[in-house]
Amino acid sequence: MMNTTQSRFAEALLDRTRPVPADVTSWTGSAPVKRYGVYRNNVATGLARALAARFPVTEKIVGEEFFTAMARDFVLAHPPTSPVLLHYGADFAGFVADFVPAASLPYLPDIVRLEDAQTRAYHARDTAPISPDVLTRVTSERMSGLTFHFHPAVRLVRSAFPIVTIWSMNAGLLPLAPIKDWRAEDALVTRPELSVITRQVSPGSAIFLLALMRHATLGEAFDEALQADAEFDLGRNLAELMRSGALIDIVAEPSLEA
Amino acid sequence: MKHTKLPSHAGVGFKPEHFDTITEKRQPIGFFEVHAENYMGDGGLPHAQLTRLRENYALSLHGVGLSIGSAQDLDRDHLIRLRRLCERYQPESFSEHLAWSSHDTTFLNDLLPLPYTRETLLHVAEHVDQVQETLGRQMLLENPATYLLFAESTIPETEFLAEIARRTGCGLLLDVNNVFVSATNHGLDAAAYLKAFPLTYVGEIHLSGHAVTKDETGAPLLIDTHDTQVADPVWALYESVIARTGPTASLVEWDDNIPAWPVLAREAQAAQVILDRARRPAAA
Repeated sequence: MMNTTQSRFAEALLDRTRPVPADVTSWTGSAPVKRYGVYRNNVATGLARALAARFPVTEKIVGEEFFTAMARDFVLAHPPTSPVLLHYGADFAGFVADFVPAASLPYLPDIVRLEDAQTRAYHARDTAPISPDVLTRVTSERMSGLTFHFHPAVRLVRSAFPIVTIWSMNAGLLPLAPIKDWRAEDALVTRPELSVITRQVSPGSAIFLLALMRHATLGEAFDEALQADAEFDLGRNLAELMRSGALIDIVAEPSLEA
Repeated sequence: MKHTKLPSHAGVGFKPEHFDTITEKRQPIGFFEVHAENYMGDGGLPHAQLTRLRENYALSLHGVGLSIGSAQDLDRDHLIRLRRLCERYQPESFSEHLAWSSHDTTFLNDLLPLPYTRETLLHVAEHVDQVQETLGRQMLLENPATYLLFAESTIPETEFLAEIARRTGCGLLLDVNNVFVSATNHGLDAAAYLKAFPLTYVGEIHLSGHAVTKDETGAPLLIDTHDTQVADPVWALYESVIARTGPTASLVEWDDNIPAWPVLAREAQAAQVILDRARRPAAA
Protein backbone atom coordinates (compact mmCIF):
# COMPACT_ATOMS: atom_id res chain seq x y z
CA MET A 1 0.00 0.00 0.00
CA MET A 2 2.68 2.44 1.09
CA ASN A 3 4.82 1.50 -1.89
CA THR A 4 1.94 1.91 -4.33
CA THR A 5 1.10 5.33 -2.88
CA GLN A 6 4.68 6.49 -3.28
CA SER A 7 5.06 5.01 -6.79
CA ARG A 8 2.02 6.93 -8.00
CA PHE A 9 3.12 10.09 -6.25
CA ALA A 10 6.66 9.85 -7.64
CA GLU A 11 5.66 9.02 -11.22
CA ALA A 12 3.40 12.03 -11.61
CA LEU A 13 6.08 14.33 -10.17
CA LEU A 14 8.35 13.69 -13.13
CA ASP A 15 5.68 13.12 -15.77
CA ARG A 16 3.43 16.14 -16.05
CA THR A 17 1.13 14.41 -18.50
CA ARG A 18 -0.05 12.19 -15.64
CA PRO A 19 -2.93 13.41 -13.50
CA VAL A 20 -2.51 14.29 -9.82
CA PRO A 21 -2.58 11.01 -7.82
CA ALA A 22 -6.14 10.06 -6.89
CA ASP A 23 -5.42 9.47 -3.20
CA VAL A 24 -4.23 13.00 -2.38
CA THR A 25 -6.72 15.52 -1.14
CA SER A 26 -7.08 18.93 0.48
CA TRP A 27 -9.20 20.36 3.27
CA THR A 28 -11.01 22.60 0.81
CA GLY A 29 -12.44 19.53 -0.88
CA SER A 30 -11.28 20.53 -4.35
CA ALA A 31 -8.69 18.52 -6.31
CA PRO A 32 -5.28 19.65 -5.05
CA VAL A 33 -3.75 20.34 -8.46
CA LYS A 34 -1.93 23.48 -7.41
CA ARG A 35 -0.88 21.90 -4.12
CA TYR A 36 0.57 18.86 -5.85
CA GLY A 37 2.13 21.33 -8.28
CA VAL A 38 4.23 22.74 -5.41
CA TYR A 39 5.97 19.36 -5.15
CA ARG A 40 6.36 19.09 -8.92
CA ASN A 41 7.90 22.52 -9.00
CA ASN A 42 10.16 21.85 -6.01
CA VAL A 43 11.57 18.76 -7.70
CA ALA A 44 12.24 20.34 -11.09
CA THR A 45 13.38 23.72 -9.80
CA GLY A 46 15.51 22.29 -7.00
CA LEU A 47 17.37 19.97 -9.32
CA ALA A 48 17.74 22.63 -12.03
CA ARG A 49 19.29 24.87 -9.39
CA ALA A 50 21.65 22.11 -8.33
CA LEU A 51 22.80 21.99 -11.96
CA ALA A 52 23.14 25.77 -12.13
CA ALA A 53 25.40 25.62 -9.06
CA ARG A 54 27.58 23.01 -10.77
CA PHE A 55 27.66 24.69 -14.18
CA PRO A 56 27.68 28.44 -13.47
CA VAL A 57 29.63 29.46 -16.58
CA THR A 58 27.38 27.39 -18.82
CA GLU A 59 24.47 29.27 -17.25
CA LYS A 60 26.23 32.62 -17.75
CA ILE A 61 26.81 31.88 -21.45
CA VAL A 62 23.22 30.96 -22.29
CA GLY A 63 21.49 33.14 -19.69
CA GLU A 64 19.45 32.10 -16.68
CA GLU A 65 16.17 31.61 -18.49
CA PHE A 66 17.62 29.42 -21.24
CA PHE A 67 19.67 27.42 -18.76
CA THR A 68 16.70 26.79 -16.48
CA ALA A 69 14.56 25.54 -19.38
CA MET A 70 17.36 23.27 -20.60
CA ALA A 71 18.13 22.04 -17.08
CA ARG A 72 14.46 21.28 -16.34
CA ASP A 73 14.25 19.16 -19.48
CA PHE A 74 17.38 17.32 -18.42
CA VAL A 75 16.16 16.84 -14.85
CA LEU A 76 12.89 15.25 -15.91
CA ALA A 77 14.63 12.94 -18.38
CA HIS A 78 17.63 12.12 -16.16
CA PRO A 79 16.68 12.51 -12.51
CA PRO A 80 19.48 11.81 -10.03
CA THR A 81 20.00 8.34 -8.63
CA SER A 82 21.84 9.44 -5.50
CA PRO A 83 20.90 11.82 -2.68
CA VAL A 84 24.40 13.26 -2.99
CA LEU A 85 24.04 15.87 -5.73
CA LEU A 86 27.66 17.09 -5.74
CA HIS A 87 28.31 15.18 -8.96
CA TYR A 88 24.78 15.22 -10.39
CA GLY A 89 24.82 15.90 -14.13
CA ALA A 90 27.73 13.72 -15.18
CA ASP A 91 25.74 13.09 -18.38
CA PHE A 92 24.61 16.72 -18.80
CA ALA A 93 27.23 17.41 -21.51
CA GLY A 94 25.77 14.69 -23.74
CA PHE A 95 22.27 16.08 -23.20
CA VAL A 96 23.42 19.61 -24.07
CA ALA A 97 25.11 18.30 -27.24
CA ASP A 98 21.74 16.92 -28.40
CA PHE A 99 19.70 19.88 -27.17
CA VAL A 100 18.51 21.42 -30.44
CA PRO A 101 17.94 25.00 -29.17
CA ALA A 102 21.64 25.11 -28.14
CA ALA A 103 22.91 23.88 -31.52
CA SER A 104 24.19 27.35 -32.44
CA LEU A 105 26.72 27.07 -29.59
CA PRO A 106 28.69 23.96 -30.63
CA TYR A 107 31.31 24.58 -27.92
CA LEU A 108 28.72 24.49 -25.11
CA PRO A 109 28.98 20.73 -24.35
CA ASP A 110 32.73 21.13 -23.88
CA ILE A 111 32.20 24.01 -21.45
CA VAL A 112 29.87 21.66 -19.53
CA ARG A 113 32.59 18.99 -19.55
CA LEU A 114 35.13 21.51 -18.31
CA GLU A 115 32.87 22.60 -15.45
CA ASP A 116 32.17 18.95 -14.62
CA ALA A 117 35.93 18.42 -14.34
CA GLN A 118 36.24 21.52 -12.14
CA THR A 119 33.58 20.44 -9.63
CA ARG A 120 35.08 16.96 -9.46
CA ALA A 121 38.44 18.55 -8.76
CA TYR A 122 36.83 20.78 -6.11
CA HIS A 123 35.51 17.77 -4.17
CA ALA A 124 38.43 15.41 -4.84
CA ARG A 125 40.29 13.66 -2.04
CA ASP A 126 42.89 15.76 -0.21
CA THR A 127 46.45 14.72 -0.78
CA ALA A 128 49.70 16.63 -0.92
CA PRO A 129 51.45 17.18 -4.27
CA ILE A 130 55.10 16.13 -4.44
CA SER A 131 57.81 18.71 -4.21
CA PRO A 132 58.81 20.15 -7.60
CA ASP A 133 62.49 19.25 -7.09
CA VAL A 134 61.98 15.47 -6.78
CA LEU A 135 63.19 14.96 -10.34
CA THR A 136 66.60 16.43 -9.57
CA ARG A 137 67.28 13.29 -7.54
CA VAL A 138 66.62 10.93 -10.46
CA THR A 139 69.63 9.80 -12.49
CA SER A 140 69.37 10.47 -16.19
CA GLU A 141 69.47 6.80 -17.24
CA ARG A 142 66.35 6.10 -15.16
CA MET A 143 64.39 9.06 -16.46
CA SER A 144 62.68 7.41 -19.43
CA GLY A 145 61.31 4.58 -17.27
CA LEU A 146 59.59 6.87 -14.77
CA THR A 147 55.86 6.64 -14.25
CA PHE A 148 53.76 9.36 -12.66
CA HIS A 149 50.87 9.32 -10.21
CA PHE A 150 48.46 12.21 -10.52
CA HIS A 151 46.51 14.01 -7.82
CA PRO A 152 42.89 12.74 -7.74
CA ALA A 153 41.74 16.26 -8.67
CA VAL A 154 43.56 16.32 -12.00
CA ARG A 155 41.49 16.25 -15.20
CA LEU A 156 42.37 17.00 -18.78
CA VAL A 157 39.59 18.25 -21.07
CA ARG A 158 40.28 18.39 -24.80
CA SER A 159 38.16 20.46 -27.14
CA ALA A 160 37.98 21.48 -30.79
CA PHE A 161 36.96 24.95 -29.53
CA PRO A 162 38.73 27.68 -27.52
CA ILE A 163 37.08 26.49 -24.30
CA VAL A 164 39.67 27.88 -21.90
CA THR A 165 39.36 31.35 -23.40
CA ILE A 166 35.55 31.18 -23.47
CA TRP A 167 35.40 29.84 -19.93
CA SER A 168 37.87 32.44 -18.61
CA MET A 169 35.92 35.32 -20.19
CA ASN A 170 32.62 34.14 -18.74
CA ALA A 171 34.13 33.34 -15.35
CA GLY A 172 35.33 36.95 -15.13
CA LEU A 173 39.02 36.08 -15.39
CA LEU A 174 39.45 37.72 -18.82
CA PRO A 175 37.59 40.68 -20.28
CA LEU A 176 34.75 39.66 -22.57
CA ALA A 177 35.87 40.28 -26.15
CA PRO A 178 35.50 38.72 -29.58
CA ILE A 179 37.88 35.74 -29.89
CA LYS A 180 40.10 36.44 -32.91
CA ASP A 181 42.14 33.26 -32.67
CA TRP A 182 39.32 30.70 -32.80
CA ARG A 183 41.10 27.37 -32.37
CA ALA A 184 41.13 24.14 -30.41
CA GLU A 185 42.13 24.45 -26.74
CA ASP A 186 42.86 21.80 -24.14
CA ALA A 187 42.40 22.45 -20.44
CA LEU A 188 44.35 21.05 -17.51
CA VAL A 189 42.39 21.20 -14.26
CA THR A 190 44.34 20.86 -11.00
CA ARG A 191 43.75 21.54 -7.31
CA PRO A 192 47.08 21.41 -5.51
CA GLU A 193 45.59 22.99 -2.35
CA LEU A 194 41.95 24.05 -2.04
CA SER A 195 41.54 26.24 -5.12
CA VAL A 196 40.76 24.72 -8.48
CA ILE A 197 43.13 25.92 -11.22
CA THR A 198 42.28 25.72 -14.92
CA ARG A 199 44.94 26.40 -17.50
CA GLN A 200 45.40 25.90 -21.18
CA VAL A 201 47.95 23.40 -22.44
CA SER A 202 49.19 22.86 -26.01
CA PRO A 203 47.97 19.83 -28.01
CA GLY A 204 51.38 18.19 -27.61
CA SER A 205 51.26 18.72 -23.84
CA ALA A 206 47.74 17.30 -23.70
CA ILE A 207 48.86 14.10 -25.44
CA PHE A 208 51.91 13.91 -23.19
CA LEU A 209 49.81 14.35 -20.03
CA LEU A 210 47.10 11.91 -21.11
CA ALA A 211 49.77 9.27 -21.78
CA LEU A 212 51.29 9.84 -18.33
CA MET A 213 47.83 9.67 -16.74
CA ARG A 214 47.44 6.21 -18.32
CA HIS A 215 50.73 5.35 -16.55
CA ALA A 216 52.77 5.22 -19.74
CA THR A 217 56.47 5.72 -18.95
CA LEU A 218 58.03 9.10 -19.46
CA GLY A 219 59.81 7.73 -22.53
CA GLU A 220 56.58 6.42 -24.06
CA ALA A 221 54.71 9.64 -23.32
CA PHE A 222 57.51 11.67 -24.90
CA ASP A 223 57.32 9.54 -28.06
CA GLU A 224 53.56 10.05 -28.31
CA ALA A 225 53.89 13.79 -27.82
CA LEU A 226 56.62 14.02 -30.46
CA GLN A 227 54.42 12.27 -32.99
CA ALA A 228 51.75 14.90 -32.46
CA ASP A 229 54.12 17.83 -32.25
CA ALA A 230 57.62 17.53 -33.72
CA GLU A 231 58.69 20.56 -31.66
CA PHE A 232 57.47 19.16 -28.35
CA ASP A 233 59.82 20.46 -25.66
CA LEU A 234 60.24 17.72 -23.04
CA GLY A 235 62.33 19.78 -20.62
CA ARG A 236 59.88 22.66 -20.50
CA ASN A 237 56.83 20.38 -20.23
CA LEU A 238 58.39 18.35 -17.47
CA ALA A 239 59.33 21.47 -15.53
CA GLU A 240 55.78 22.82 -15.88
CA LEU A 241 54.30 19.52 -14.79
CA MET A 242 56.53 19.40 -11.72
CA ARG A 243 55.46 22.94 -10.77
CA SER A 244 51.74 22.37 -11.44
CA GLY A 245 50.96 20.52 -8.24
CA ALA A 246 49.34 17.79 -10.35
CA LEU A 247 51.58 14.94 -9.17
CA ILE A 248 51.54 13.01 -5.94
CA ASP A 249 54.20 10.43 -6.73
CA ILE A 250 56.87 9.45 -9.24
CA VAL A 251 57.82 5.82 -9.47
CA ALA A 252 61.35 5.12 -10.65
CA GLU A 253 60.94 1.44 -11.50
CA PRO A 254 58.26 0.72 -14.07
CA SER A 255 56.05 -1.94 -12.57
CA LEU A 256 55.53 -5.15 -14.54
CA GLU A 257 51.85 -4.38 -15.20
CA ALA A 258 52.66 -0.98 -16.64
CA MET B 1 23.36 4.91 22.11
CA LYS B 2 25.01 8.30 22.32
CA HIS B 3 22.86 11.23 23.51
CA THR B 4 24.46 14.61 23.01
CA LYS B 5 22.76 17.96 23.11
CA LEU B 6 23.08 21.21 21.26
CA PRO B 7 23.52 24.26 23.48
CA SER B 8 20.18 25.91 24.32
CA HIS B 9 21.03 28.98 22.27
CA ALA B 10 20.20 30.40 18.88
CA GLY B 11 22.10 28.98 15.92
CA VAL B 12 22.08 29.48 12.17
CA GLY B 13 22.52 27.39 9.06
CA PHE B 14 26.12 27.64 7.85
CA LYS B 15 26.60 29.17 4.42
CA PRO B 16 30.06 29.18 2.82
CA GLU B 17 29.60 32.85 1.82
CA HIS B 18 29.74 33.73 5.54
CA PHE B 19 32.80 31.65 6.31
CA ASP B 20 35.35 34.49 6.48
CA THR B 21 33.19 36.63 8.75
CA ILE B 22 32.42 33.87 11.22
CA THR B 23 35.94 32.49 11.47
CA GLU B 24 37.68 35.88 11.65
CA LYS B 25 36.01 36.74 14.91
CA ARG B 26 33.93 34.55 17.16
CA GLN B 27 30.24 35.32 16.65
CA PRO B 28 27.60 35.17 19.39
CA ILE B 29 26.06 32.10 17.78
CA GLY B 30 25.25 29.01 19.82
CA PHE B 31 25.78 26.49 17.02
CA PHE B 32 25.87 26.03 13.27
CA GLU B 33 23.89 23.55 11.25
CA VAL B 34 24.96 22.04 7.93
CA HIS B 35 23.19 19.83 5.42
CA ALA B 36 24.97 16.50 5.60
CA GLU B 37 24.76 15.85 1.85
CA ASN B 38 26.87 18.94 1.06
CA TYR B 39 29.78 17.34 2.89
CA MET B 40 29.76 13.98 1.19
CA GLY B 41 32.52 14.78 -1.28
CA ASP B 42 35.93 13.22 -0.71
CA GLY B 43 37.82 16.38 0.24
CA GLY B 44 38.54 19.96 -0.75
CA LEU B 45 37.20 23.26 0.50
CA PRO B 46 33.88 22.10 2.02
CA HIS B 47 35.66 19.77 4.45
CA ALA B 48 38.39 22.31 5.17
CA GLN B 49 35.73 24.87 6.10
CA LEU B 50 33.65 22.49 8.18
CA THR B 51 36.73 21.32 10.09
CA ARG B 52 37.59 24.91 10.91
CA LEU B 53 34.01 25.74 11.87
CA ARG B 54 33.80 22.66 14.10
CA GLU B 55 36.86 23.79 16.05
CA ASN B 56 35.01 26.92 17.17
CA TYR B 57 31.31 26.09 17.35
CA ALA B 58 28.84 23.40 18.30
CA LEU B 59 27.54 21.56 15.23
CA SER B 60 24.22 20.16 14.10
CA LEU B 61 24.29 17.72 11.17
CA HIS B 62 21.00 17.90 9.31
CA GLY B 63 20.24 15.30 6.65
CA VAL B 64 18.01 16.08 3.68
CA GLY B 65 18.40 12.91 1.62
CA LEU B 66 17.95 9.80 3.77
CA SER B 67 14.28 9.33 2.85
CA ILE B 68 13.26 7.92 6.22
CA GLY B 69 9.62 7.89 5.16
CA SER B 70 10.36 5.81 2.09
CA ALA B 71 8.29 2.67 1.53
CA GLN B 72 11.48 0.97 0.42
CA ASP B 73 14.57 0.04 2.38
CA LEU B 74 16.91 2.77 3.54
CA ASP B 75 19.91 3.38 1.30
CA ARG B 76 22.72 1.52 3.10
CA ASP B 77 25.44 3.44 1.30
CA HIS B 78 23.90 6.70 2.37
CA LEU B 79 23.66 5.56 5.96
CA ILE B 80 27.33 4.66 5.90
CA ARG B 81 28.18 8.09 4.50
CA LEU B 82 26.22 9.65 7.36
CA ARG B 83 28.01 7.47 9.88
CA ARG B 84 31.36 8.54 8.48
CA LEU B 85 30.41 12.20 8.77
CA CYS B 86 29.23 11.69 12.36
CA GLU B 87 32.48 9.96 13.21
CA ARG B 88 34.57 12.63 11.59
CA TYR B 89 32.83 15.74 12.93
CA GLN B 90 31.19 14.42 16.12
CA PRO B 91 28.16 16.74 15.80
CA GLU B 92 26.13 17.44 18.92
CA SER B 93 23.03 16.51 16.95
CA PHE B 94 21.94 14.57 13.88
CA SER B 95 18.47 15.19 12.48
CA GLU B 96 16.36 14.14 9.50
CA HIS B 97 12.79 14.56 8.28
CA LEU B 98 9.50 12.75 8.53
CA ALA B 99 9.32 12.59 4.73
CA TRP B 100 10.55 10.61 1.77
CA SER B 101 12.71 11.79 -1.12
CA SER B 102 13.79 8.66 -3.00
CA HIS B 103 11.75 6.11 -4.89
CA ASP B 104 13.04 3.12 -6.84
CA THR B 105 16.38 4.36 -8.13
CA THR B 106 15.37 8.02 -8.34
CA PHE B 107 16.28 10.74 -5.86
CA LEU B 108 13.53 13.36 -6.08
CA ASN B 109 15.30 16.04 -4.04
CA ASP B 110 12.22 17.17 -2.12
CA LEU B 111 10.75 16.31 1.25
CA LEU B 112 7.63 14.46 0.14
CA PRO B 113 4.62 13.77 2.36
CA LEU B 114 3.36 10.43 3.55
CA PRO B 115 0.00 9.23 4.79
CA TYR B 116 -0.16 8.77 8.55
CA THR B 117 -1.43 5.25 9.12
CA ARG B 118 -0.53 2.32 11.34
CA GLU B 119 1.41 0.80 8.41
CA THR B 120 3.53 3.89 7.75
CA LEU B 121 4.10 4.40 11.47
CA LEU B 122 5.60 0.95 11.94
CA HIS B 123 7.66 1.42 8.84
CA VAL B 124 9.09 4.80 9.83
CA ALA B 125 9.80 3.54 13.35
CA GLU B 126 11.81 0.67 11.87
CA HIS B 127 13.82 3.09 9.77
CA VAL B 128 14.50 5.37 12.73
CA ASP B 129 15.69 2.32 14.71
CA GLN B 130 18.01 1.42 11.86
CA VAL B 131 19.43 4.94 11.64
CA GLN B 132 20.07 5.13 15.37
CA GLU B 133 21.69 1.68 15.40
CA THR B 134 23.93 2.50 12.46
CA LEU B 135 24.97 5.89 13.76
CA GLY B 136 25.19 4.73 17.37
CA ARG B 137 23.41 7.87 18.47
CA GLN B 138 19.99 9.32 19.04
CA MET B 139 18.53 11.20 16.12
CA LEU B 140 15.95 13.97 15.94
CA LEU B 141 13.00 13.61 13.56
CA GLU B 142 11.54 16.81 12.07
CA ASN B 143 7.88 17.58 11.40
CA PRO B 144 7.43 18.40 7.69
CA ALA B 145 5.85 21.31 5.85
CA THR B 146 3.06 19.78 3.77
CA TYR B 147 0.84 21.08 0.99
CA LEU B 148 -1.75 18.34 0.69
CA LEU B 149 -3.33 15.46 2.60
CA PHE B 150 -3.89 11.75 2.01
CA ALA B 151 -7.36 10.31 2.10
CA GLU B 152 -6.05 7.22 3.90
CA SER B 153 -4.44 9.10 6.84
CA THR B 154 -5.92 8.09 10.19
CA ILE B 155 -3.42 9.44 12.73
CA PRO B 156 -2.85 13.13 13.49
CA GLU B 157 0.75 14.21 12.77
CA THR B 158 1.45 15.14 16.40
CA GLU B 159 0.35 11.70 17.57
CA PHE B 160 2.34 10.04 14.81
CA LEU B 161 5.52 11.84 15.86
CA ALA B 162 4.92 11.16 19.56
CA GLU B 163 4.48 7.46 18.88
CA ILE B 164 7.66 7.28 16.77
CA ALA B 165 9.59 8.99 19.56
CA ARG B 166 8.10 6.64 22.20
CA ARG B 167 8.87 3.52 20.19
CA THR B 168 12.36 4.40 19.01
CA GLY B 169 13.72 6.71 21.67
CA CYS B 170 14.45 9.34 19.04
CA GLY B 171 14.04 13.02 19.79
CA LEU B 172 12.03 15.48 17.73
CA LEU B 173 13.01 18.56 15.83
CA LEU B 174 10.12 20.99 16.01
CA ASP B 175 10.07 23.25 12.96
CA VAL B 176 7.73 26.06 13.99
CA ASN B 177 7.60 27.49 10.49
CA ASN B 178 6.57 24.08 9.18
CA VAL B 179 3.83 23.98 11.82
CA PHE B 180 2.51 27.33 10.67
CA VAL B 181 2.82 26.45 6.97
CA SER B 182 1.11 23.05 7.33
CA ALA B 183 -1.61 24.28 9.67
CA THR B 184 -2.48 27.15 7.32
CA ASN B 185 -2.38 24.84 4.31
CA HIS B 186 -4.78 22.41 5.96
CA GLY B 187 -7.17 24.92 7.49
CA LEU B 188 -6.03 24.05 11.01
CA ASP B 189 -5.03 26.09 14.04
CA ALA B 190 -1.26 26.14 14.52
CA ALA B 191 -1.62 26.87 18.24
CA ALA B 192 -3.82 23.80 18.65
CA TYR B 193 -1.25 21.70 16.78
CA LEU B 194 1.46 22.94 19.14
CA LYS B 195 -0.72 22.25 22.14
CA ALA B 196 -0.91 18.63 20.99
CA PHE B 197 2.79 18.41 20.13
CA PRO B 198 4.86 16.17 22.44
CA LEU B 199 7.27 18.91 23.51
CA THR B 200 9.16 16.69 25.97
CA TYR B 201 10.92 15.03 23.04
CA VAL B 202 12.07 18.26 21.39
CA GLY B 203 15.85 18.59 21.10
CA GLU B 204 15.93 21.42 18.59
CA ILE B 205 13.66 24.02 17.05
CA HIS B 206 13.76 25.36 13.48
CA LEU B 207 12.67 28.80 12.35
CA SER B 208 12.59 30.06 8.78
CA GLY B 209 10.71 32.15 6.26
CA HIS B 210 7.94 31.08 3.89
CA ALA B 211 6.16 32.38 0.80
CA VAL B 212 2.45 33.16 0.68
CA THR B 213 0.35 32.03 -2.29
CA LYS B 214 -3.19 30.79 -2.87
CA ASP B 215 -4.59 27.56 -4.26
CA GLU B 216 -7.24 27.44 -7.01
CA THR B 217 -10.08 27.88 -4.50
CA GLY B 218 -8.49 31.04 -3.10
CA ALA B 219 -7.45 29.27 0.11
CA PRO B 220 -4.01 30.27 1.39
CA LEU B 221 -1.17 28.04 0.26
CA LEU B 222 2.07 28.74 2.11
CA ILE B 223 5.34 27.42 0.77
CA ASP B 224 8.32 26.55 2.94
CA THR B 225 10.98 28.47 1.01
CA HIS B 226 13.74 29.30 3.56
CA ASP B 227 14.46 32.42 1.53
CA THR B 228 13.35 35.27 3.76
CA GLN B 229 12.86 36.49 7.33
CA VAL B 230 10.88 34.51 9.87
CA ALA B 231 7.25 35.71 9.69
CA ASP B 232 5.63 37.46 12.68
CA PRO B 233 3.04 34.74 13.43
CA VAL B 234 5.87 32.19 13.48
CA TRP B 235 7.79 34.29 16.01
CA ALA B 236 4.65 34.44 18.15
CA LEU B 237 4.23 30.66 18.01
CA TYR B 238 7.91 30.20 18.80
CA GLU B 239 7.64 32.41 21.83
CA SER B 240 4.68 30.39 23.08
CA VAL B 241 6.67 27.16 22.62
CA ILE B 242 9.73 28.49 24.46
CA ALA B 243 7.50 29.68 27.30
CA ARG B 244 6.51 26.03 27.73
CA THR B 245 9.82 24.25 27.02
CA GLY B 246 12.28 26.72 28.46
CA PRO B 247 15.46 27.49 26.49
CA THR B 248 15.94 25.03 23.61
CA ALA B 249 18.49 25.02 20.79
CA SER B 250 16.86 27.12 18.05
CA LEU B 251 18.04 27.38 14.48
CA VAL B 252 17.34 30.03 11.87
CA GLU B 253 17.39 28.38 8.44
CA TRP B 254 18.00 30.58 5.42
CA ASP B 255 18.97 28.54 2.36
CA ASP B 256 17.98 30.66 -0.61
CA ASN B 257 18.48 34.37 -1.47
CA ILE B 258 21.10 34.18 1.24
CA PRO B 259 21.49 37.52 3.00
CA ALA B 260 24.64 39.25 4.22
CA TRP B 261 25.86 37.92 7.56
CA PRO B 262 24.47 40.78 9.72
CA VAL B 263 20.91 40.12 8.48
CA LEU B 264 21.14 36.44 9.40
CA ALA B 265 22.84 37.24 12.71
CA ARG B 266 19.97 39.63 13.54
CA GLU B 267 17.43 36.83 13.03
CA ALA B 268 19.43 34.62 15.38
CA GLN B 269 19.63 37.49 17.83
CA ALA B 270 15.85 37.84 17.77
CA ALA B 271 15.54 34.16 18.72
CA GLN B 272 18.20 34.62 21.40
CA VAL B 273 16.22 37.45 23.01
CA ILE B 274 13.24 35.12 23.37
CA LEU B 275 15.45 32.36 24.77
CA ASP B 276 17.04 34.76 27.28
CA ARG B 277 13.64 35.90 28.43
CA ALA B 278 12.72 32.28 29.19
CA ARG B 279 15.99 31.80 31.07
CA ARG B 280 15.27 34.59 33.51
CA PRO B 281 13.11 33.57 36.46
CA ALA B 282 9.62 34.90 35.88
CA ALA B 283 9.06 38.31 37.43
CA ALA B 284 6.46 38.46 40.14
